[in-house]
Amino acid sequence: MPEPTPPQTVGPFFHPCLLRLARTVLAGPEAEGERIRLEGRVLDGDGAPVDDAMVELWQADSFGRFRHPLDDREGPRDAGFLGFGRTGTDAEGRFAFDTVKPGRVPWPGGGWQAPHVCLHVFARGLLDRLTTRCYFEDDPATAEDPLLRLVPEERRPTLIARRAAGPGAAYRFDIVLQGERETVFFDL
Amino acid sequence: MAEGRWSRRAERPGEYPAYLFEAYRSTSRRAPTRPLLEAPLTLSELSGPGPAMAGMVEPDADLTTNAGTGGEAIGERIIVTGRVLDADGRPQPGTLVEVWQANAAGRYHHERDLHGAPLDPNFLGLGWCLTDDDGRYRFLTIKPGAYPWPNDPNSWRPAHIHFSLFGPSFVTRLITQMYFPGDPLLPLDPIFNSIPDEGARARLVARYDHQVTQPMWALGFVWDIVLAGPRATPFEDAERRYA
Repeated sequence: MPEPTPPQTVGPFFHPCLLRLARTVLAGPEAEGERIRLEGRVLDGDGAPVDDAMVELWQADSFGRFRHPLDDREGPRDAGFLGFGRTGTDAEGRFAFDTVKPGRVPWPGGGWQAPHVCLHVFARGLLDRLTTRCYFEDDPATAEDPLLRLVPEERRPTLIARRAAGPGAAYRFDIVLQGERETVFFDL
Repeated sequence: MAEGRWSRRAERPGEYPAYLFEAYRSTSRRAPTRPLLEAPLTLSELSGPGPAMAGMVEPDADLTTNAGTGGEAIGERIIVTGRVLDADGRPQPGTLVEVWQANAAGRYHHERDLHGAPLDPNFLGLGWCLTDDDGRYRFLTIKPGAYPWPNDPNSWRPAHIHFSLFGPSFVTRLITQMYFPGDPLLPLDPIFNSIPDEGARARLVARYDHQVTQPMWALGFVWDIVLAGPRATPFEDAERRYA
């Protein structure tokens, strides 16, 4: 069997190439479902903003369907929704995606996962990508999510976006690379 | 491997870079210090943006002219080609490959690159393509120069080309760097040497291939890329499960 090619850091100079495919608005005018804004910051072990990170998002549409050959289940889907986001962080380490709230996705062997988005983080000083998930605090399914329940209870809040105050459905999700409030990252 | 379980890094100790690697100083405040958690593979991770994104780009694989100035980039013209394979060795057709690199003088076309080497107005140092039916990608570019960087007082990056690939799923996502054979800077580079295993490091080094070299035109380098991912069995289980 061939051996996997190891990763290396994205470095500081990826923007002109990789941000040609930047996508921060995932939900166009035709998108079905509840429109949400997901925003946050990438922070280092000192709490300082990481201003040269890239964040990628992957999610199901509002029916819980993925735009992918493996998801060939019957049933409704939002054919125009792609579910991929990519952005660079700004000087304050901020990122934001305008999307729809994803529907529920099956759990292997039965049952359903709570709505969530999958995230990758890349940056100078990160020798490999980081993989995490973001759930929604005001969704009743979050408390019962089978993957979250595998995470030690005291660390679960790092995977849950908070509903932001003010008009519109905005959720706040910071990604903390290191330290006391370090986000849970998965070996995937 | 438990059904549906797969750990990208833990299954291959020494073959992945440590997150915290003292010799690469930027890792000190950015590396997570808690162990990564194992998690089951679900449809969220077994799917991914690669197949959909592949349909959204037009190939732009000639970096020697794609600045669009009508002029040609200065430097040693090279062909970089290879196959993209999955963990079972199956070629991955239609996979998006994005690349970026410094110019022949070791300077990036980027506002944050403060190296005093000259910019080349005819070279942007970026390109992309889709793999063909055999999983093969191919770029025409110029050989990037080495460049100094603020790590140690006299740190120099070996010549390299950055590669970014989606592959078929969320977990096959790979960003890495390709190096050139015989580069004297490789043993000194903390980024390359953040991978403990010598054999794994060697997988980042292209080989010179005289068959790929085109007479009176360009030198040929071959570099195959193997995307990490669960072997076929869990994938097929998942396909049955979600069918």
